[in-house]
Amino acid sequence: MERIPILKMGRVLLVTIQVDLQDQVALALQDDLSAQIEKTGANGVLIDISALEIVDSFVGRMLASISGIASVLDATTVVVGMQPAVAITLVELGLSLEGVRTALNVEKGMAMLAADDRNQID
Amino acid sequence: MKQENVVFDQVLKAAPEEFVKTWVAEVGSTGAVSGTTQNDARELFAALQASIAADADLNRFDDSGWAKTRSVLAALSQSRAAQGASAGDTSHFVLSLKKPLFAGLQKAFGADARGALDAAWTASTLVDKLAQFTATTYQRTREEVIQRQQQELLELSTPVVKLWEGVLAVPMIGTLDSSRTQLVMEALLTRIVETGSELAIIDITGVPTVDTLVAQHLLKTVTAIRLMGADCIISGIRPQIAQTIVHLGIDLQGITTKATLADALQLAMKKAGFVITRNKA
Repeated sequence: MERIPILKMGRVLLVTIQVDLQDQVALALQDDLSAQIEKTGANGVLIDISALEIVDSFVGRMLASISGIASVLDATTVVVGMQPAVAITLVELGLSLEGVRTALNVEKGMAMLAADDRNQID
Repeated sequence: MKQENVVFDQVLKAAPEEFVKTWVAEVGSTGAVSGTTQNDARELFAALQASIAADADLNRFDDSGWAKTRSVLAALSQSRAAQGASAGDTSHFVLSLKKPLFAGLQKAFGADARGALDAAWTASTLVDKLAQFTATTYQRTREEVIQRQQQELLELSTPVVKLWEGVLAVPMIGTLDSSRTQLVMEALLTRIVETGSELAIIDITGVPTVDTLVAQHLLKTVTAIRLMGADCIISGIRPQIAQTIVHLGIDLQGITTKATLADALQLAMKKAGFVITRNKA
Protein backbone atom coordinates (compact mmCIF):
# COMPACT_ATOMS: atom_id res chain seq x y z
CA MET A 1 0.00 0.00 0.00
CA GLU A 2 1.29 3.47 -0.83
CA ARG A 3 1.98 5.90 1.97
CA ILE A 4 1.88 9.67 1.94
CA PRO A 5 5.37 11.06 2.75
CA ILE A 6 5.72 13.35 5.75
CA LEU A 7 8.57 15.89 5.50
CA LYS A 8 10.03 17.79 8.42
CA MET A 9 10.92 21.44 7.91
CA GLY A 10 12.14 22.99 11.14
CA ARG A 11 9.31 22.58 13.62
CA VAL A 12 6.72 22.05 10.92
CA LEU A 13 5.64 18.78 9.32
CA LEU A 14 4.80 19.09 5.64
CA VAL A 15 2.35 16.67 4.05
CA THR A 16 1.68 16.95 0.33
CA ILE A 17 -1.19 14.86 -0.96
CA GLN A 18 -0.52 14.18 -4.64
CA VAL A 19 -2.89 11.29 -5.28
CA ASP A 20 -6.57 10.72 -4.77
CA LEU A 21 -6.91 9.52 -1.21
CA GLN A 22 -8.05 5.94 -0.66
CA ASP A 23 -9.61 5.34 2.73
CA GLN A 24 -6.78 3.03 3.84
CA VAL A 25 -4.12 5.54 2.80
CA ALA A 26 -5.95 8.27 4.68
CA LEU A 27 -6.10 6.17 7.84
CA ALA A 28 -2.38 5.30 7.53
CA LEU A 29 -1.57 9.01 7.14
CA GLN A 30 -3.48 9.77 10.32
CA ASP A 31 -1.43 7.11 12.21
CA ASP A 32 1.91 8.19 10.72
CA LEU A 33 1.28 11.84 11.33
CA SER A 34 0.34 11.48 14.98
CA ALA A 35 3.44 9.31 15.52
CA GLN A 36 5.64 11.88 13.78
CA ILE A 37 4.27 14.81 15.78
CA GLU A 38 5.01 12.95 18.97
CA LYS A 39 8.50 11.92 17.79
CA THR A 40 9.68 15.25 16.41
CA GLY A 41 7.87 17.57 18.79
CA ALA A 42 6.55 19.57 15.84
CA ASN A 43 4.25 22.47 16.63
CA GLY A 44 2.83 22.87 13.15
CA VAL A 45 1.36 20.62 10.47
CA LEU A 46 0.88 21.84 6.91
CA ILE A 47 -1.31 19.73 4.63
CA ASP A 48 -1.11 20.69 0.96
CA ILE A 49 -4.13 19.41 -0.97
CA SER A 50 -3.68 21.50 -4.12
CA ALA A 51 -3.39 18.35 -6.23
CA LEU A 52 -6.51 16.81 -4.73
CA GLU A 53 -9.34 16.89 -7.30
CA ILE A 54 -11.90 14.59 -5.72
CA VAL A 55 -13.06 14.45 -2.12
CA ASP A 56 -15.73 12.50 -0.33
CA SER A 57 -17.16 12.86 3.12
CA PHE A 58 -14.57 10.42 4.52
CA VAL A 59 -11.61 12.54 3.38
CA GLY A 60 -13.36 15.65 4.65
CA ARG A 61 -13.84 14.08 8.06
CA MET A 62 -10.26 12.81 8.03
CA LEU A 63 -8.95 16.35 7.57
CA ALA A 64 -11.01 17.49 10.53
CA SER A 65 -9.85 14.62 12.72
CA ILE A 66 -6.18 15.08 11.81
CA SER A 67 -6.54 18.68 12.88
CA GLY A 68 -8.18 17.57 16.13
CA ILE A 69 -5.48 14.99 16.89
CA ALA A 70 -2.70 17.49 16.13
CA SER A 71 -4.23 20.08 18.40
CA VAL A 72 -4.38 17.55 21.26
CA LEU A 73 -0.65 17.00 20.67
CA ASP A 74 -0.18 20.81 20.75
CA ALA A 75 0.39 21.35 17.02
CA THR A 76 -1.50 23.73 14.74
CA THR A 77 -2.82 22.30 11.47
CA VAL A 78 -3.17 24.41 8.33
CA VAL A 79 -4.81 23.00 5.21
CA VAL A 80 -3.60 24.81 2.08
CA GLY A 81 -4.35 25.00 -1.63
CA MET A 82 -7.89 23.64 -1.66
CA GLN A 83 -9.36 23.67 -5.18
CA PRO A 84 -12.65 25.55 -5.76
CA ALA A 85 -14.46 22.36 -6.77
CA VAL A 86 -13.28 20.61 -3.60
CA ALA A 87 -14.40 23.53 -1.44
CA ILE A 88 -17.85 23.56 -3.05
CA THR A 89 -18.16 19.78 -2.63
CA LEU A 90 -17.28 19.92 1.05
CA VAL A 91 -19.78 22.73 1.64
CA GLU A 92 -22.49 20.79 -0.19
CA LEU A 93 -21.66 17.74 1.97
CA GLY A 94 -22.21 19.95 5.01
CA LEU A 95 -18.58 19.72 6.13
CA SER A 96 -17.42 23.21 6.97
CA LEU A 97 -14.28 21.89 8.79
CA GLU A 98 -14.81 24.16 11.79
CA GLY A 99 -11.56 24.55 13.69
CA VAL A 100 -9.35 23.69 10.75
CA ARG A 101 -7.22 26.61 9.63
CA THR A 102 -6.83 27.23 5.92
CA ALA A 103 -4.53 29.23 3.64
CA LEU A 104 -4.38 29.85 -0.09
CA ASN A 105 -0.96 28.27 -0.72
CA VAL A 106 2.02 26.68 1.01
CA GLU A 107 3.85 29.98 1.32
CA LYS A 108 0.97 31.69 3.10
CA GLY A 109 0.40 28.61 5.26
CA MET A 110 4.03 28.60 6.33
CA ALA A 111 3.84 32.32 7.16
CA MET A 112 0.75 31.64 9.24
CA LEU A 113 2.48 28.89 11.23
CA ALA A 114 5.61 31.00 11.69
CA ALA A 115 3.51 33.89 13.03
CA ASP A 116 1.80 31.49 15.45
CA ASP A 117 5.17 30.20 16.60
CA ARG A 118 6.39 33.73 17.34
CA ASN A 119 3.23 34.59 19.22
CA GLN A 120 3.58 31.51 21.42
CA ILE A 121 7.16 32.37 22.36
CA ASP A 122 6.27 35.98 23.16
CA MET B 1 -60.97 23.48 -58.03
CA LYS B 2 -63.24 22.33 -55.22
CA GLN B 3 -66.76 23.78 -55.07
CA GLU B 4 -66.03 25.48 -51.73
CA ASN B 5 -62.84 27.03 -53.02
CA VAL B 6 -64.59 28.43 -56.07
CA VAL B 7 -67.02 30.35 -53.86
CA PHE B 8 -64.28 31.63 -51.54
CA ASP B 9 -62.13 32.58 -54.50
CA GLN B 10 -64.99 34.58 -55.97
CA VAL B 11 -65.61 36.35 -52.68
CA LEU B 12 -61.94 37.32 -52.35
CA LYS B 13 -61.62 38.38 -55.98
CA ALA B 14 -64.89 40.35 -56.15
CA ALA B 15 -63.59 43.52 -54.50
CA PRO B 16 -60.12 43.08 -52.96
CA GLU B 17 -59.67 46.74 -51.97
CA GLU B 18 -63.11 46.89 -50.39
CA PHE B 19 -62.40 43.62 -48.52
CA VAL B 20 -59.14 44.84 -47.00
CA LYS B 21 -60.74 48.18 -46.14
CA THR B 22 -63.60 46.54 -44.23
CA TRP B 23 -61.11 44.28 -42.49
CA VAL B 24 -58.85 47.13 -41.33
CA ALA B 25 -61.91 49.12 -40.25
CA GLU B 26 -63.03 46.14 -38.13
CA VAL B 27 -59.55 45.91 -36.54
CA GLY B 28 -59.75 49.63 -35.85
CA SER B 29 -63.20 49.41 -34.23
CA THR B 30 -61.78 47.83 -31.06
CA GLY B 31 -58.01 47.96 -31.35
CA ALA B 32 -55.39 50.42 -32.49
CA VAL B 33 -54.64 50.70 -36.20
CA SER B 34 -51.09 51.53 -37.14
CA GLY B 35 -49.61 52.06 -40.59
CA THR B 36 -48.38 48.49 -40.59
CA THR B 37 -51.90 47.08 -40.08
CA GLN B 38 -52.86 48.02 -43.62
CA ASN B 39 -49.73 46.44 -45.08
CA ASP B 40 -50.07 43.33 -42.91
CA ALA B 41 -53.70 42.95 -44.00
CA ARG B 42 -52.77 43.28 -47.70
CA GLU B 43 -49.98 40.76 -47.40
CA LEU B 44 -52.08 38.22 -45.53
CA PHE B 45 -54.97 38.77 -47.94
CA ALA B 46 -52.70 38.07 -50.93
CA ALA B 47 -51.33 34.91 -49.30
CA LEU B 48 -54.84 33.73 -48.42
CA GLN B 49 -56.09 34.34 -51.93
CA ALA B 50 -53.13 32.52 -53.47
CA SER B 51 -53.63 29.50 -51.20
CA ILE B 52 -57.38 29.29 -51.96
CA ALA B 53 -56.81 29.75 -55.70
CA ALA B 54 -54.24 26.96 -55.51
CA ASP B 55 -57.05 24.70 -54.24
CA ALA B 56 -55.80 24.29 -50.64
CA ASP B 57 -58.16 22.22 -48.47
CA LEU B 58 -60.22 24.70 -46.42
CA ASN B 59 -60.74 22.18 -43.64
CA ARG B 60 -57.10 21.23 -43.19
CA PHE B 61 -54.91 24.17 -42.33
CA ASP B 62 -51.92 21.87 -41.67
CA ASP B 63 -51.73 20.93 -45.37
CA SER B 64 -48.84 21.99 -47.58
CA GLY B 65 -51.29 24.08 -49.63
CA TRP B 66 -51.34 26.60 -46.77
CA ALA B 67 -47.55 26.81 -46.39
CA LYS B 68 -47.39 30.35 -47.83
CA THR B 69 -50.17 31.63 -45.57
CA ARG B 70 -48.55 30.01 -42.55
CA SER B 71 -45.18 31.63 -43.24
CA VAL B 72 -46.81 35.04 -43.69
CA LEU B 73 -48.71 34.62 -40.42
CA ALA B 74 -45.57 33.45 -38.59
CA ALA B 75 -43.57 36.45 -39.82
CA LEU B 76 -46.43 38.74 -38.83
CA SER B 77 -46.79 37.44 -35.29
CA GLN B 78 -43.02 37.33 -34.80
CA SER B 79 -42.59 40.96 -35.79
CA ARG B 80 -45.53 41.92 -33.57
CA ALA B 81 -44.09 40.00 -30.62
CA ALA B 82 -40.76 41.74 -31.12
CA GLN B 83 -42.52 45.12 -31.19
CA GLY B 84 -44.23 44.25 -27.90
CA ALA B 85 -47.83 44.02 -29.16
CA SER B 86 -50.11 41.99 -26.90
CA ALA B 87 -51.31 38.51 -27.86
CA GLY B 88 -54.89 39.81 -27.79
CA ASP B 89 -54.17 42.53 -30.38
CA THR B 90 -52.43 40.08 -32.68
CA SER B 91 -55.20 37.48 -32.64
CA HIS B 92 -57.84 40.21 -32.86
CA PHE B 93 -56.23 41.33 -36.09
CA VAL B 94 -56.67 37.87 -37.61
CA LEU B 95 -60.16 37.31 -36.18
CA SER B 96 -61.37 40.59 -37.68
CA LEU B 97 -61.03 38.86 -41.04
CA LYS B 98 -64.40 37.22 -40.32
CA LYS B 99 -66.44 40.35 -40.93
CA PRO B 100 -65.57 41.02 -44.59
CA LEU B 101 -65.44 37.29 -45.31
CA PHE B 102 -68.93 36.64 -43.92
CA ALA B 103 -70.31 39.69 -45.68
CA GLY B 104 -68.87 38.50 -48.97
CA LEU B 105 -70.26 35.00 -48.50
CA GLN B 106 -73.69 36.37 -47.67
CA LYS B 107 -73.67 38.35 -50.89
CA ALA B 108 -72.51 35.33 -52.93
CA PHE B 109 -75.17 32.98 -51.62
CA GLY B 110 -78.05 35.46 -51.57
CA ALA B 111 -81.25 33.60 -50.68
CA ASP B 112 -79.58 30.19 -50.22
CA ALA B 113 -79.51 30.27 -46.40
CA ARG B 114 -78.40 26.67 -46.06
CA GLY B 115 -75.45 27.10 -48.39
CA ALA B 116 -74.49 30.36 -46.69
CA LEU B 117 -74.52 28.68 -43.26
CA ASP B 118 -72.30 25.84 -44.45
CA ALA B 119 -69.85 28.26 -46.02
CA ALA B 120 -69.90 30.47 -42.91
CA TRP B 121 -69.06 27.47 -40.76
CA THR B 122 -66.10 26.58 -42.98
CA ALA B 123 -64.93 30.19 -43.03
CA SER B 124 -65.26 30.54 -39.26
CA THR B 125 -63.27 27.38 -38.59
CA LEU B 126 -60.59 28.48 -41.01
CA VAL B 127 -60.18 31.93 -39.47
CA ASP B 128 -60.13 30.40 -35.98
CA LYS B 129 -57.30 28.13 -37.05
CA LEU B 130 -55.43 31.09 -38.50
CA ALA B 131 -55.83 32.96 -35.22
CA GLN B 132 -54.80 29.93 -33.18
CA PHE B 133 -51.67 29.50 -35.29
CA THR B 134 -50.84 33.18 -34.85
CA ALA B 135 -51.24 33.00 -31.08
CA THR B 136 -49.06 29.89 -30.83
CA THR B 137 -46.29 31.46 -32.89
CA TYR B 138 -46.58 34.66 -30.90
CA GLN B 139 -46.22 32.81 -27.62
CA ARG B 140 -43.25 30.78 -28.86
CA THR B 141 -41.49 33.95 -29.97
CA ARG B 142 -42.10 35.59 -26.61
CA GLU B 143 -40.77 32.55 -24.79
CA GLU B 144 -37.62 32.63 -26.88
CA VAL B 145 -37.17 36.28 -25.95
CA ILE B 146 -37.64 35.50 -22.26
CA GLN B 147 -35.21 32.59 -22.36
CA ARG B 148 -32.55 34.68 -24.07
CA GLN B 149 -32.99 37.42 -21.51
CA GLN B 150 -32.69 34.95 -18.63
CA GLN B 151 -29.44 33.63 -20.07
CA GLU B 152 -28.10 37.14 -20.53
CA LEU B 153 -29.07 38.03 -16.99
CA LEU B 154 -27.22 35.01 -15.65
CA GLU B 155 -24.08 35.93 -17.56
CA LEU B 156 -24.29 39.60 -16.67
CA SER B 157 -24.73 39.08 -12.99
CA THR B 158 -21.40 37.59 -11.99
CA PRO B 159 -18.56 40.06 -12.39
CA VAL B 160 -15.67 39.51 -9.97
CA VAL B 161 -13.88 42.81 -9.49
CA LYS B 162 -10.37 43.33 -8.18
CA LEU B 163 -10.57 46.23 -5.72
CA TRP B 164 -7.02 46.20 -4.45
CA GLU B 165 -4.01 43.94 -4.38
CA GLY B 166 -5.38 40.83 -2.68
CA VAL B 167 -8.94 42.14 -2.38
CA LEU B 168 -11.76 40.88 -4.66
CA ALA B 169 -15.35 42.07 -4.70
CA VAL B 170 -18.56 40.63 -6.12
CA PRO B 171 -21.48 43.06 -6.45
CA MET B 172 -24.51 40.77 -6.33
CA ILE B 173 -27.52 42.10 -8.23
CA GLY B 174 -30.97 40.55 -8.34
CA THR B 175 -32.59 37.69 -6.48
CA LEU B 176 -30.25 34.95 -5.30
CA ASP B 177 -31.31 31.42 -6.18
CA SER B 178 -29.27 28.23 -6.12
CA SER B 179 -28.17 28.31 -9.76
CA ARG B 180 -26.99 31.91 -9.48
CA THR B 181 -25.25 31.35 -6.16
CA GLN B 182 -23.48 28.36 -7.68
CA LEU B 183 -22.29 30.48 -10.62
CA VAL B 184 -21.11 33.34 -8.39
CA MET B 185 -19.41 30.91 -6.02
CA GLU B 186 -17.52 29.16 -8.81
CA ALA B 187 -16.48 32.45 -10.46
CA LEU B 188 -15.32 33.91 -7.17
CA LEU B 189 -13.40 30.82 -5.99
CA THR B 190 -11.67 30.49 -9.36
CA ARG B 191 -10.61 34.13 -9.25
CA ILE B 192 -9.32 33.69 -5.68
CA VAL B 193 -7.04 30.88 -6.86
CA GLU B 194 -5.95 32.83 -9.96
CA THR B 195 -5.10 36.03 -8.13
CA GLY B 196 -4.08 34.59 -4.78
CA SER B 197 -6.37 37.10 -3.07
CA GLU B 198 -6.82 36.64 0.65
CA LEU B 199 -9.98 38.66 0.99
CA ALA B 200 -13.29 38.61 -0.83
CA ILE B 201 -16.08 41.12 -0.34
CA ILE B 202 -19.62 40.09 -1.27
CA ASP B 203 -21.75 43.19 -1.73
CA ILE B 204 -25.48 42.55 -1.51
CA THR B 205 -26.71 46.11 -2.07
CA GLY B 206 -28.44 44.94 -5.24
CA VAL B 207 -30.20 42.00 -3.61
CA PRO B 208 -33.83 43.03 -3.06
CA THR B 209 -34.74 40.58 -0.32
CA VAL B 210 -32.93 38.22 2.00
CA ASP B 211 -34.85 35.22 3.30
CA THR B 212 -33.62 32.06 4.98
CA LEU B 213 -32.80 30.40 1.65
CA VAL B 214 -30.75 33.37 0.40
CA ALA B 215 -28.97 33.52 3.76
CA GLN B 216 -28.17 29.84 3.48
CA HIS B 217 -26.68 30.40 0.01
CA LEU B 218 -24.58 33.25 1.39
CA LEU B 219 -23.38 31.11 4.29
CA LYS B 220 -22.36 28.34 1.89
CA THR B 221 -20.34 30.77 -0.20
CA VAL B 222 -18.62 32.18 2.87
CA THR B 223 -17.77 28.68 4.14
CA ALA B 224 -16.34 27.67 0.75
CA ILE B 225 -14.19 30.80 0.68
CA ARG B 226 -12.92 30.06 4.17
CA LEU B 227 -12.09 26.47 3.17
CA MET B 228 -9.97 27.82 0.33
CA GLY B 229 -7.97 29.79 2.86
CA ALA B 230 -9.34 33.26 2.20
CA ASP B 231 -11.51 35.59 4.27
CA CYS B 232 -14.89 36.98 3.40
CA ILE B 233 -16.76 40.17 4.26
CA ILE B 234 -20.43 40.72 3.44
CA SER B 235 -21.31 44.34 2.78
CA GLY B 236 -24.23 46.41 1.63
CA ILE B 237 -26.78 45.19 4.16
CA ARG B 238 -29.63 47.68 4.13
CA PRO B 239 -31.46 48.56 7.36
CA GLN B 240 -34.63 46.69 6.35
CA ILE B 241 -32.61 43.62 5.45
CA ALA B 242 -30.75 43.75 8.76
CA GLN B 243 -34.15 43.79 10.50
CA THR B 244 -35.41 40.86 8.42
CA ILE B 245 -32.28 38.84 9.17
CA VAL B 246 -32.73 39.33 12.92
CA HIS B 247 -36.49 38.68 12.82
CA LEU B 248 -35.99 35.47 10.87
CA GLY B 249 -33.41 34.37 13.42
CA ILE B 250 -30.71 33.84 10.80
CA ASP B 251 -27.37 33.30 12.48
CA LEU B 252 -24.63 35.32 10.80
CA GLN B 253 -22.25 34.93 13.74
CA GLY B 254 -18.70 34.36 12.64
CA ILE B 255 -19.20 36.29 9.42
CA THR B 256 -17.86 39.81 9.15
CA THR B 257 -20.62 42.13 7.95
CA LYS B 258 -20.36 45.79 7.04
CA ALA B 259 -23.01 48.34 6.10
CA THR B 260 -21.34 49.64 2.96
CA LEU B 261 -18.74 48.53 0.45
CA ALA B 262 -16.57 51.49 1.54
CA ASP B 263 -16.50 50.21 5.13
CA ALA B 264 -15.63 46.73 3.89
CA LEU B 265 -12.78 48.04 1.74
CA GLN B 266 -11.46 50.04 4.68
CA LEU B 267 -11.43 46.94 6.85
CA ALA B 268 -9.80 44.94 4.05
CA MET B 269 -7.01 47.52 3.71
CA LYS B 270 -6.51 47.53 7.47
CA LYS B 271 -6.25 43.74 7.56
CA ALA B 272 -3.72 43.80 4.70
CA GLY B 273 -1.68 46.38 6.63
CA PHE B 274 -2.32 49.40 4.42
CA VAL B 275 -2.69 52.87 5.93
CA ILE B 276 -4.68 55.51 4.07
CA THR B 277 -3.55 59.10 4.51
CA ARG B 278 -4.86 62.31 3.01
CA ASN B 279 -2.41 64.86 1.67
CA LYS B 280 -4.78 67.78 1.16
CA ALA B 281 -6.49 69.22 4.16
